[in-house]
Amino acid sequence: MNVSIFIPCFIDQLYPAVAFDMVKVLEKAGCNVSYNTNQTCCGQPAFNAGFQGEAKDVCTKFLKDFGDAEYVVAPSASCVGFVRNYYGQLFDNSSVHNEVKSLGERTFEFSDFMVNVLQVDNVGARLNGKATYHDSCAALRECKLKKEPRQLLSNVQGLELVEMNDVETCCGFGGTFAVKFEPISIAMADQKINNAVSTDAQYLISTDMSCLMHLGGYIKNKGANLRVMHLAEVLANGWE
Amino acid sequence: MSNNASSFIAKSTIKSADLEHRRKINFNIGKYNATVPLGKQQFTDVMTARERAKNAKWRAIEHLDSYLEEFEKQITSRGAKVLWAETADDALNEIAKICDEKNCRTVVKSKSMVTEEIHLNDFLEKKGIESVETDLGEYIQQLDDEPPYHIVTPAMHKSKEDVAKLFADKLNVPGGLSPEELTLVARQKLREKYIQAEIGVTGANFIIADIGAVAVTENEGNARLSCAWPKTHIVIVGIEKMIPGMQDLALFWPLLSTYGTGQKVTVYNTIIAGPRQPGETDGPEEMYVILLDNGRTNLLSNPKTREALYCIRCGACLNACPVYKNIGGHSYETTYSGPIGSVITPHLKNIGEYKHLSYASSLCGNCTEVCAVKINLHELLLDNRHEAVLQGYSSLSERLAWKAWKTASLNRGMMNLGNGNMKNWVVNKVFKAWTQHHGALDFSKKTFNEMWKEKHATK
Repeated sequence: MNVSIFIPCFIDQLYPAVAFDMVKVLEKAGCNVSYNTNQTCCGQPAFNAGFQGEAKDVCTKFLKDFGDAEYVVAPSASCVGFVRNYYGQLFDNSSVHNEVKSLGERTFEFSDFMVNVLQVDNVGARLNGKATYHDSCAALRECKLKKEPRQLLSNVQGLELVEMNDVETCCGFGGTFAVKFEPISIAMADQKINNAVSTDAQYLISTDMSCLMHLGGYIKNKGANLRVMHLAEVLANGWE
Repeated sequence: MSNNASSFIAKSTIKSADLEHRRKINFNIGKYNATVPLGKQQFTDVMTARERAKNAKWRAIEHLDSYLEEFEKQITSRGAKVLWAETADDALNEIAKICDEKNCRTVVKSKSMVTEEIHLNDFLEKKGIESVETDLGEYIQQLDDEPPYHIVTPAMHKSKEDVAKLFADKLNVPGGLSPEELTLVARQKLREKYIQAEIGVTGANFIIADIGAVAVTENEGNARLSCAWPKTHIVIVGIEKMIPGMQDLALFWPLLSTYGTGQKVTVYNTIIAGPRQPGETDGPEEMYVILLDNGRTNLLSNPKTREALYCIRCGACLNACPVYKNIGGHSYETTYSGPIGSVITPHLKNIGEYKHLSYASSLCGNCTEVCAVKINLHELLLDNRHEAVLQGYSSLSERLAWKAWKTASLNRGMMNLGNGNMKNWVVNKVFKAWTQHHGALDFSKKTFNEMWKEKHATK
């Protein structure tokens, strides 16, 4: 299967290892992975700030960069949800309407692609310890993913998965919200981390590095004994 | 930044860090969360029920002009008087005229957000008229001189101990009374007011076009008493409360009850179709219905925001909102708080003054998920943000930043410029708010893009 990966701007800049881990897992699952080196961003940051004009130009570039791909796979439900659910609004009544619709249907979040397209839920990963999974709002509500990441994690050898309270409540990141309304964002992170810590888990795992950047940053500041890991990092662990 | 925005940030900062507030709200919303699933069991298919309700509201709002006239024609034929108020002042002036005519000294009123919106109690007080809240939650809030904290449960932020202390302070009763005893105290005080009152004021949960009536939903019987006992009944209602017909109540009553409180249906539901008719023994001699616009037609005229008028004020989006739960109802400093309040207030009032509310959301989408009539609340927040930018309410620095972002995002080469250390320095200095409670961001020395190219060039 030919997979064109989309690496979100903040993963490109801050967490390239997560991207390489996703590539490693996809290749193990038999995919032919390619990466268009022209790619930049899906356009969501400006769209969410209300700057739809600026966003649309960047979205147009995304359409060009990924128009020919058989499948587009990204380690972020947030970006995928945006391409699937909001590109249609931006390009409503335009000449690229059909392209946009088709691209949305070919674009997948990593765990969704593994479980529902490749139908692979075990890549032989191993991670010893206790983990809790955080439902990102984008995975849960924009991409409707609940069981897929858990299914993948349940097959990781040595890993015990425990659910935390209020697992579907937002962690408080929300892009520029975390900077513009920092005290609210932090209060939300505090409750999320309290719930995660109560499970005695060592690892806090999610599909979205944006949540984990926020939560990991808060943990670092607060000093909780919890390590954040992207799902791709977990699945790439324990084998070569 | 507008004064409202600065005040919002100050108030929300304090509440977010108030752990006692957090405990009370999580406890009370926890009880709500436990009962709502039980209420939902009365629907064979709750999703279809919500869609049908949305369709009915769509019909009501798309044909609002003709439904309002139909309502007026029907209810007027039974002797009620319909008054059209374009603004809050128009509504208050009409109420003042009626009060003067009746030599009114005391008003009893049921819970109504629209009377909060027009600040009726303050207005009547300035005219020397006592306006008494008869809903227990609103009565508590009035005693404490606070506006309602929540559109359905006005005193949600108070524990039973808080209320007992308040009653002891304000009503000369012993401290530490139980909820039952407190209710009896309030009941006794309120009965006296009912006897004195010349006028009863209520809101309405629904305006029913086909039969020309209003419907009022409640649990305490105080609204029924407010509209039935005093000689004059005034209804104040926003024009968006329209439903096409009485048959629609079969859907809307259980839906509102379940999403509002988890009940199958509330204890009292009343349809009021006019004042006392010839031959009837009960009811007021006169009935007035004030139909209030007060900015609602701004929402109506915009095809995107129009669906916000479908709201039946069940409060589910407030209870589901992590921002609301952390900052509480008062931090918004608006009549309507929570997600629906952030969506409609900029249009009811002023976009420049209230656009910050549309940004004060992590866009988690839980409001849209729980909305009884399936309003796309979080998408409407995004529309508000876009509208604010289009109308020129963004700052110059924001406009420049997004222009620069666009330039970089259209040019891959620029995104690979500079090394990780330099980016760390810039970003952690620029976003000081981030590093206040987060560890510093740690940029990779090279981007994934650069690393991929290096790896695949040597292959």
